[in-house]
Amino acid sequence: MPRVVVDVMLKPEILDPQGQAVANALPRLGVSDVASVRIGRRIEIEFTGEPDLDRAREIADKLLANPVIEDFTVRVEADETADAHS
Amino acid sequence: MTARVGVVTFPGSLDDGDAARAVRIAGAEPVRLWHGDPELHGVDAVVLPGGFSYGDYLRCGAIARFAPVMETLVDAARGGLPVLGICNGFQILCEAHLLPGALTRNQHLHFRNRDQGLRVESVGTAWTNTFQSGQEILIPVKNGEGCYVADTATLDALEAEGRVVARYVGGNPNGSQRDIAAITNAAGNVVGIMPHPEHAVEALTGPSLDGLGFFTSVLKHLVGTPA
Repeated sequence: MPRVVVDVMLKPEILDPQGQAVANALPRLGVSDVASVRIGRRIEIEFTGEPDLDRAREIADKLLANPVIEDFTVRVEADETADAHS
Repeated sequence: MTARVGVVTFPGSLDDGDAARAVRIAGAEPVRLWHGDPELHGVDAVVLPGGFSYGDYLRCGAIARFAPVMETLVDAARGGLPVLGICNGFQILCEAHLLPGALTRNQHLHFRNRDQGLRVESVGTAWTNTFQSGQEILIPVKNGEGCYVADTATLDALEAEGRVVARYVGGNPNGSQRDIAAITNAAGNVVGIMPHPEHAVEALTGPSLDGLGFFTSVLKHLVGTPA
């Protein structure tokens, strides 16, 4: 079943200490060519009927994201597991 | 008549007991309110206590904001009901848009738990009118997501309008912008504070009795408010 995917990211001007901590750990893996890491959240919504982008946008704006500190994007994603088995 | 101060319990609230106790020590009658009950039961003021409502899932305070009690409380607060949000309560007030800005993860990523110095800067609010302007107090702070952030225009407006209620002194425990520990709304009836005044009301357990002033302030405010 197609689902709506909501990606929530901190606004660029908001400090992301989690991302910084991960970036600071990368040299320990021998990785030295990463300039920055930002951490966000991916939310998958399955509607009982057809995926409803407007409804998902409303959910994201009211609950999933805090517009004071976060931006979000909303998109419909086809079921990838069906492709994987074909 | 004894003032009645409501203390809301959400699933995951921790400090509702201490908040109710602080209300009693200040000389008011604590009234326990329940997140699932939209009724405020005629209380004269409300405290949103600290803790981890709804497990801090999604964002701190994001789900509590939609509790039935909050719908009533938001309207009442806009109508002038004094509301104090402590720690998680502050986060809930920001999520409910009763206060501007947001509280994010501590910059250093560590949970901070210590006795914290604050300077009270705004003494015109319903919750700080028994303090002197510039008075320094010591109360516990304990948070993982207490870093106050807002855009520059909002921060400038808060400072210009005297709405920064308290700032951290002797070290900023969480990276809050402009050392902000507590703010108020334009009317001065809604206050959010990250440290915990309710843990500093008795010599046996607190680092001071400085926290009591927040609770005696609201009683003074209520006496001065015509019914």
